[in-house]
Amino acid sequence: MTKKLLLGVEAIGQGAIDGGISGVYAYPGTPSTEITEYIQGNKLAVSRNIHREWSANEKTALESALGMSYAGKRAIVCMKHVGLNVAADPFMNAAMTGINGGLIIAVADDPSMHSSQNEQDSRYYGKFAMIPVLEPSNQQEAYEMTRTGFDLSEKLGTPVLLRITTRLAHSRAGVIPVHSATVENNLKLPSDPLQFILLPAFARKRYQTLLDKQVDFERFSDESPFNGIIEGADHSLGIICCGIALNYLLENFPDGSPYPILKITQYPLSSKMVKKFEKLVDKLLIIEEGYPIVEEQLKGFFDYGKPVSGKLDGTLPRSGELNPDIIAKALHLKSASCNAIPPLVANRPPALCKGCGHNDLFLALDEVMSDYGDGHVFSDIGCYTLGVLPPYHSGNTCVDMGSSITMAKGAADAGLFPAIAVIGDSTFTHSGMTGLLDAVNEKSNILIMIGDNESTSMTGGQDSAAFGRIESICKGAGVGSEHIHVIGALPKNHEKLVSLIRHEIDYQGVSIIIPRRECVQKAARRISERKKENSGLNVL
Amino acid sequence: MKCDIVLAGVGGQGILSIATVLGFAALENNLYLKQAETHGMSQRGGAVQSYLRLSDRPVYSDLIPFGKADLILSVEPMESLRYLPYLSAEGYVVTNITPFMNILNYPEIELVMDEIKRLPRFVAIDAEAIAKEIGNSKTSNMVMLGAATPFIDIALQSIEHGIREIFGRKGEEMVSLNLRALHAGREFALANR
Repeated sequence: MTKKLLLGVEAIGQGAIDGGISGVYAYPGTPSTEITEYIQGNKLAVSRNIHREWSANEKTALESALGMSYAGKRAIVCMKHVGLNVAADPFMNAAMTGINGGLIIAVADDPSMHSSQNEQDSRYYGKFAMIPVLEPSNQQEAYEMTRTGFDLSEKLGTPVLLRITTRLAHSRAGVIPVHSATVENNLKLPSDPLQFILLPAFARKRYQTLLDKQVDFERFSDESPFNGIIEGADHSLGIICCGIALNYLLENFPDGSPYPILKITQYPLSSKMVKKFEKLVDKLLIIEEGYPIVEEQLKGFFDYGKPVSGKLDGTLPRSGELNPDIIAKALHLKSASCNAIPPLVANRPPALCKGCGHNDLFLALDEVMSDYGDGHVFSDIGCYTLGVLPPYHSGNTCVDMGSSITMAKGAADAGLFPAIAVIGDSTFTHSGMTGLLDAVNEKSNILIMIGDNESTSMTGGQDSAAFGRIESICKGAGVGSEHIHVIGALPKNHEKLVSLIRHEIDYQGVSIIIPRRECVQKAARRISERKKENSGLNVL
Repeated sequence: MKCDIVLAGVGGQGILSIATVLGFAALENNLYLKQAETHGMSQRGGAVQSYLRLSDRPVYSDLIPFGKADLILSVEPMESLRYLPYLSAEGYVVTNITPFMNILNYPEIELVMDEIKRLPRFVAIDAEAIAKEIGNSKTSNMVMLGAATPFIDIALQSIEHGIREIFGRKGEEMVSLNLRALHAGREFALANR
């Protein structure tokens, strides 16, 4: 089979197709989005009609994937690390039910917060739920471990968490896939009719089953071909490398590491393997991207045993992603001399695109809010979060998906006036609708501005579950029709929007203003696709 | 053979088209390759970079260590300076000279150019002007790639083949435009290195 040049996320997508999935479920989130997009664009996935539509949020995605597993078929569900917080309820309980068809939960963490609000480490979730975690070290392993992960899931009767970080997600390398994809599973109900019923009496049995399985989980880690010891001549130090940390170490030792390495790509940690490795060496260095989860496990409370260093003792930085230079420094290796960045180089933060409709929203909002002073605008997660930056300075919070509405409500409950939420269309249906219901039920005095660009834009313009439904959702939640306004997000409507905002701030209750204009990026893509279609060329 | 390249620009300038062509050429030559890209938030007009690593030996890290890049290829002048810590002592900077001014505090362009001219090895090229001469300003990224080819140890034919593959579905005219852009950039670099 020929080598394909794939991003880590695309390798996971290809691995899932070749592993015989019948469905991918996901809500877009950097750096996980392209797993689903790859499957959406894949010929075999299309011809097999693998489920590949976007879900409203990560919770609905994971539950749907679990439903497909219940029905006996293989599924993958994909999200970014903070998405797993949204899906935490079904995640923890899927560990309890176990699976019928193989189930992989692929989560992409974002250390250094390139495009995220925190750098939480999903391996803790794996440990929390007590399920196996796979952490491939390169693109080929990302492919292989996904493809074979469904077998692992079915053999052990458990969902498997596949954890990657930004650099593997968004770096391309040659990947050699297998010749043919596994056939899809047939529809088949679980043999135990009580397996998926977590009523206390049954759930206690399921929990015991999960506890009993831990031995097998660890044995599989011990026997995994992706875990193992790489010998080195100098036993004064042993280095434990988790996931892509191995690459950064080997970058410093292209002819092989002088120190023995224990490569970890599957959890739970095999205690047998770690103990064997510990006997070989005088002290240990743990290199892992994210939180020091392995280091904490091995260090122990009283620091008995051989010395363990890593992020907890400052040998490696506690925050941010790893790189070859950080490892070189930790090992006291000589780095190449390098130039400084000339002081004149200015920061270039991301900004709203030219012609973006959110610009019109913020210009109008800023004009009104100049009467009230700072501190009244609750923003949310999406392109419009950029409104908190210059030139707008519009927005005082950005916490998690949907929090604009509920935080505005809480602040209004506390007496803040006015309290204004700014949220995007896709974020609104992801997690804003339920908060709206709270606000309506209590007649909270808030104004919600739903910046509707008819797209999930920050992640690349995926379809929005809110498309064509926002007004009816708001009406259905109980907002009075006279307080739901749709207005074109255009410069010519500036005065109209300003007076609309003023008017609805004065209304004591929940009001909704929807400045609407298609995302300029999405519009440009749509126009160029149409041109290609018209010219009779194949559109990839 | 080993060539570590930092591709630099501003979100939306399309630096990945350069990486795609080089990636194709590398694969054709059975080279090992890793290419880390910027996706997500920074794509909205922020500083973006791609680390492209080509070698006849396995490539481990997706990131280039400081002081090890053989080439900084930037489609925007100030962005070429942002990645100088990655440049090796013998490395080249190949940069476009047209500034992309989407920030209020963009420094005086003369000062930016002075910094570039202070570098021991650089090619500063007006990719837009050359692309316009060729007849399509959209080919400026291929002009930039052409200007970098003297410093990348891959046969020119492979890079041309990459362009044919990548632009083939846009029609023969686009292929030949981009090939002309590639050669024009290369000639400029050979004359002005």
